[in-house]
Amino acid sequence: MARLGDRIAEGLVFLAGGAAVLFVALILIFLLREGLPLVRYYSPIPFLTGAEWYPLSGVFGILPLVLGSLLVTAGAVAIALPLGLAVAIYLAEVAPAWIKDVLKPTIELLAGIPSVLLGFVGYAVVATVVKNVFGLPTGLTALTGSIMLAYMALPTIISIADDAIRAVPDDFRHASYALGATRWQTIRAVTVPAAASGILAAIMLGIGRAIGETMTVWMVTGNAAVIPTTILQPVRTMTATIAAEMGETARGSDHYAALFAVGIVLFVMTALINTGADLVLHRMKKKYE
Amino acid sequence: MRGKWNGPAEKALLVALAAVTILGCQSANDSRQSGSSGSIKIKGSDTMVNLCQSWAEQFMDENARVFVAITGGGSGTGIAAMINGTTDIAASSRAMKEEEMAAAQKNRVEPVEFKVSLDGLAVVVNPSNPVEKLSLDQLRDIFMGTVTNWKQVGGRNGSILVLSRESNSGTHVYFKEHVLRRGKEKGPEEFARSALLMPSSQAIADEVATNLNAIGYYGLGYVSDRQKAIAMAANPGEPGVLPSVETIQKGTYPISRPLFLYTRGEPAGVVKAFMDFVLGDEGQRIVLDLDFVPLAE
Repeated sequence: MARLGDRIAEGLVFLAGGAAVLFVALILIFLLREGLPLVRYYSPIPFLTGAEWYPLSGVFGILPLVLGSLLVTAGAVAIALPLGLAVAIYLAEVAPAWIKDVLKPTIELLAGIPSVLLGFVGYAVVATVVKNVFGLPTGLTALTGSIMLAYMALPTIISIADDAIRAVPDDFRHASYALGATRWQTIRAVTVPAAASGILAAIMLGIGRAIGETMTVWMVTGNAAVIPTTILQPVRTMTATIAAEMGETARGSDHYAALFAVGIVLFVMTALINTGADLVLHRMKKKYE
Repeated sequence: MRGKWNGPAEKALLVALAAVTILGCQSANDSRQSGSSGSIKIKGSDTMVNLCQSWAEQFMDENARVFVAITGGGSGTGIAAMINGTTDIAASSRAMKEEEMAAAQKNRVEPVEFKVSLDGLAVVVNPSNPVEKLSLDQLRDIFMGTVTNWKQVGGRNGSILVLSRESNSGTHVYFKEHVLRRGKEKGPEEFARSALLMPSSQAIADEVATNLNAIGYYGLGYVSDRQKAIAMAANPGEPGVLPSVETIQKGTYPISRPLFLYTRGEPAGVVKAFMDFVLGDEGQRIVLDLDFVPLAE
């Protein structure tokens, strides 16, 4: 009987795993089916390299949108990574138990704040601060988006990095102390490197959260489709473009296909990021074996 | 007023309220004799959703056995639905295009056009901006990005921050075709690439209220004392005209547009009763209440 139960459980788990793969495949097929017809209206080279996005006039150059997304995401990671890592190290290695018990659930609660609310905060408060601090013509800039996205990615990064650091066996720390290392030396040279793969996974998930986020960036980045030269100017991201324009496009039109093609590009970019992460993880594992 | 009830949740609530109202009325007011019964579907322009909803509520109050359902989706969506027969009336913030007329004819539908209201777009700046008046040419140059500093149009030194609606908005399309392209639908003119595309009219109003160098446009209803409407001159040298109910009705304010309802063929029955109501005194008073501009007498 036990064996039968095992079999059933195994089968169910396999089905669940298989379903995940199937869903990804179906999403990709759907994106391709709706997006690829764009080649009938617009060829791929100007689509990928064009600097002008005037969808109502049939001009679909997505370079400004891709660069906008990358800039906002890069800014978010640059802000969230050091902060998130510092908090994770503090939580896992330094903080007394009662602070940990308060901080961790609070941080995880942050992850549950709806993005439209963060958008409001960004638009009403952060944009004004950014505008005044840097003396800009408008506070709706890539930097404002980066700050809000960093805030959204932080709970993910902290939570997973904290778990990863905590999973490092105490033997490692004890061995380090026994060799005369201080607590800081132990964290820097032993614990964090040993948890590197988990930390990297945390960063990747944070990037994934940031690049796919839509509502907040739509509200705070100004959405001007220009090729950005600094992080202090308005940008238009791929996600905001899809969200803003999908509502009024006629099914089957060139604009509709173009928005799905933007979706394909976004899909490919996230796939590349994930694959890159996998490769790095793999290499690291080898190094520590 | 117009900004107040435009979230999907609010719309759903309005529909639910309307449904409750009519159900309540049916039992309570059966004694009240109403001329018509049946249901009407209206679909189309997002600009007009709240207007249509108010008409529908008042009309249902007076005609207990009629149900009017409103959905948005955009003018093009509404016209397509009217041609396909999935809606009785299309609400549109632009006249039907020739292609759409041809498609209707192919489907053996004879759309009948009713001009039901006017809508004016105000061009707004921060109240402390000294610029009071612009010509249509200057306005076009500003929104196309060929004029970039306020001092080029008689203001203070400061680079102009151009605010537009997103391209999914009928207002965006109207402004592009009538201010940038001067009525030539397929002209080469485009908004400056540096123009910020804002998710809502309220977002434009907020940014203009706090930004000394911003300029934006939206329907009359969003103008408050936190923004200043610019007087528009159709031609350089002519006196400027401020947007108001009177100037839009007279046609002296240059950036205004008619709003339409299209019926499938000559209206009959409840649809006719509804159209009479919309074009009558009460319907036009609702137009004014919602910060649109009623048709001139």
